[in-house]
Amino acid sequence: MGKIRVATEWFAGCAGCHMSLLDLGEWLFELAKVVDIVYSPIADVKEYPEGVDVALVEGAVSTDEQVAKARLIRERTGVLIAFGDCAVTANVPGMRNALGKKEVVLERAFLDLVDSQPQIPSDPALPVLLDRVVPLHDIVDVDIHLPGCPPPAARIQAVLEQLVAGEEPRLVGRELLKFG
Amino acid sequence: MDPQELREIAEDERQNSKPTRVRCCVAEGCLAAGSGAVKASLDDSVAAQGLGDAVEVRPVGCLGLCSKGPLVRVDPDDTLYGGVTSDDAPAILSEAQGHATDLTKVDTSHPFFAKQLPIATENSGMVDPERIESYIAEGGYESLFHVLREMSPADAVGEMTRSGLRGRGGAGFPVGLKWATVAKMRSERKYVVCNADEGDPGAFMDRSIMESDPHRILEGMAIAAYAVGANVGYIYVRGEYPLAIQRLRLAIRQANRAGLLGTHIFESPFDFRVDIRVGAGAFVCGEETALLASIEGKRGSPRPRPPYPAESGLWGYPTLINNVETLANVPTIVRKGAEWFASIGTDKSKGTKVFSLTGQIENTGVIEVPMGTSLRVIVEEMGGGAPNGCRVKAVQTGGSSGGCIPAGALDTPVDYESLAALGSMMGSGGMVVLDDQTSMPDLARFFMEFNVDESCGKCVPCRAGTVQLQRMLSRFAAGEAREGDLPKLEDLCDLLRNASLCGLGQNAPNPVFSTLRHFRDEYEAGIARAPKAEAAG
Amino acid sequence: MAVVTLTINDHLVSAEDHQTLLDAAKAADAPLPTLCQLDGVSDVAACRLCLVEIDGSPKLQPACMTPVAEGLSVRTDTQRLRDYRRMIVELLFAERNHVCAVCVLNGHCELQDLAIEVGIDHVRYEYLHPHVGVDVSHAQFGIDDNRCVLCTRCVRVCEEVEGAATRDVMGRGTNCRIISDLNVPWGQADSCTSCGKCVMACPTGALFTQGATTAEMEKDRSKLSYIVRAREEHQWVR
Repeated sequence: MGKIRVATEWFAGCAGCHMSLLDLGEWLFELAKVVDIVYSPIADVKEYPEGVDVALVEGAVSTDEQVAKARLIRERTGVLIAFGDCAVTANVPGMRNALGKKEVVLERAFLDLVDSQPQIPSDPALPVLLDRVVPLHDIVDVDIHLPGCPPPAARIQAVLEQLVAGEEPRLVGRELLKFG
Repeated sequence: MDPQELREIAEDERQNSKPTRVRCCVAEGCLAAGSGAVKASLDDSVAAQGLGDAVEVRPVGCLGLCSKGPLVRVDPDDTLYGGVTSDDAPAILSEAQGHATDLTKVDTSHPFFAKQLPIATENSGMVDPERIESYIAEGGYESLFHVLREMSPADAVGEMTRSGLRGRGGAGFPVGLKWATVAKMRSERKYVVCNADEGDPGAFMDRSIMESDPHRILEGMAIAAYAVGANVGYIYVRGEYPLAIQRLRLAIRQANRAGLLGTHIFESPFDFRVDIRVGAGAFVCGEETALLASIEGKRGSPRPRPPYPAESGLWGYPTLINNVETLANVPTIVRKGAEWFASIGTDKSKGTKVFSLTGQIENTGVIEVPMGTSLRVIVEEMGGGAPNGCRVKAVQTGGSSGGCIPAGALDTPVDYESLAALGSMMGSGGMVVLDDQTSMPDLARFFMEFNVDESCGKCVPCRAGTVQLQRMLSRFAAGEAREGDLPKLEDLCDLLRNASLCGLGQNAPNPVFSTLRHFRDEYEAGIARAPKAEAAG
Repeated sequence: MAVVTLTINDHLVSAEDHQTLLDAAKAADAPLPTLCQLDGVSDVAACRLCLVEIDGSPKLQPACMTPVAEGLSVRTDTQRLRDYRRMIVELLFAERNHVCAVCVLNGHCELQDLAIEVGIDHVRYEYLHPHVGVDVSHAQFGIDDNRCVLCTRCVRVCEEVEGAATRDVMGRGTNCRIISDLNVPWGQADSCTSCGKCVMACPTGALFTQGATTAEMEKDRSKLSYIVRAREEHQWVR
């Protein structure tokens, strides 16, 4: 049997979940024996490949670009994991929703709080903000929700171990299921 | 007050009655359409034509056909004029004198009128709601006298039990049983409360009764109080009904002055005082425990039952709560007898029901029909069907707590059990007719929005659940629902029905359940196809 | 006092006749999740988490306000009740801005604990993200509507234990807010005795001690139980 093809992605988040993944430390060597990292912000791969078995997606969905990417990932992936509180609940990035739609948020960030030369960036290359930041499952079907801010390394390990063993991961109890 | 005086008042009132009576509706619907000016103009014309001895212009309550207001009805020919303006006054008077004019008349033999059987509304449009003498002339307060003189409290309770009258506020609880429960409670103090916090969208029957015949409610309350052993009553009226409040206040003053309320009523040992409490606009205060909290001066939120108010109500004392229409039936039941009342209606639903007929229908207004009348008779014959060539699609009964009955089930007789079997409910009597232009998910969204606004916020399922349901329904209505939203919608509705604290939350999903039951295809059509990934990137 | 026998989840248990089903279930090792219930103050049956099934009754009953009775047969943990509890807690998370990651009570919060207990891995409802405020006008304490679950424990503890009645509920439905006096900033509420009981009673990070930062706060309920116990058992020091 070939190795399990794993991808990771990172939307509106702080990279903390990826840091927590790296916190797995030496167990990563064990993991590397059974999985290939085929796509990741920390790997130099330009295009999300076909036939991914497991994807860990960190971060909330906050731009049109991320919506498109989420749909692409969903289409090309077997098991999609919402990785950490931002992907699961919108978490801190979602706090901007209380302010209002994107215009209000942009004004607040680029005009109200800026001292010198305030202006809203308008380069067409920039992704367009969504009016509301949403959890990943609002955009695409998610198979596993892995909460935590960040999910502790042990929690990530527990989920990956169960997946590698071909089981359907069950997250029960404080160690595996706590928000925050 | 003694019975002799009562009879004298009635006799005087009949003696003073003029040969021709021009009854001008001054209930809220017609007033809004300008009947105040019509009444003034009629008065002026009578004076100008010197008809003061022959013609009486009588301000009266609801004449029924609200959509054709302002309405004026002339006796003894029983001619009904609709859409009257103040310019029409001279013509109406000259017709009353026997001179034909080209004024358009409303056909009073139309089923809208002919199929009615007024009991609770028998005086509506007949008596002047602001004069107690006018009510007394129609036999008013004779039932109270009869009960005090001839019946024991237990007899009065028995009369209600035998009549088969059920609560007209919505749930249809047997009135006699409720009275008997309160009567049996041993307590130094008891209360009678009239629930006049009519709040269902599209319901205005109770308002019509209060504005048209306020003394009837006071008499019903006094009889109830005697039967259960209460000495203090409250009428809890919603603040949005200023005219009803004004007329009830006036009626209480008049009844107090006449000795028909207060101490030693009809020179008996029975005392009964009535006060008005004005609601501040919360729909949930129509729920009985919230209503009681509000009368006590607390925040109007419900509490779990049991204990029921019959056991522990106002300030912990046994309290009888009946709604306006229920109490309005009481004097007539006493006058004509329980057997007479029980002969009307169906096996389990006796008597009549007042409905406010509204929505996409030709003839809107207040009607009272025997229980068991089919919806088809009400909607198509009496109501004249949907206007502008549209077809009737469904009828919503029971307001935001009720449900939709599809046009295919219009032959259903109107009674508590039949409506419940279709997933709707009798409710208080709002009947909203929907035509084929109506989107059912959008209708459900409308009612859910009402529940979102009116949830008291105490229990989680209702407070946090209605707002979620409203958002889901908006998505179905806009064609933006997702795969899986339908079971999610149904599960959440199920939670509200079973886990909410009071009737508001428990019944909030009813419009969704009933539209889902009869119009599920419209919900399925509201599900958007899942968007595909665009380009590789 | 009398003792009654009833059945909880097919086990016969005895209970004192003044107890509620909530007490009896706890004693029978079948504790129920609660949120609005707090020992020492009146019950309101508002959170609906302790709803139980009673054989022969079509309606679910709140255990906190249902007295025990001879011969009752009660079920506290059916699949249906578990589903309802999860939905209720999810609704609470969606209603306000419960961002555990940056909350003073992270790790010590009853709402967070409930989410774990009922097994919430994600919230299926739309996050409402309401724009609500934080009031830190009081010298020692603060109230953060973002974290409030409207359990009204603070309202009841203020009125029934402290006797100040500073707190009440304003508004309707999901727009309800906990207010101080007649909706003045807490710091200006004349009736407040600054006793801090509302903070102790609060299950979430909605009421907090100023100066506490993320995950730093713990609700010390011992003072509250001390007072309540003293009152109930008349342990007055003369």
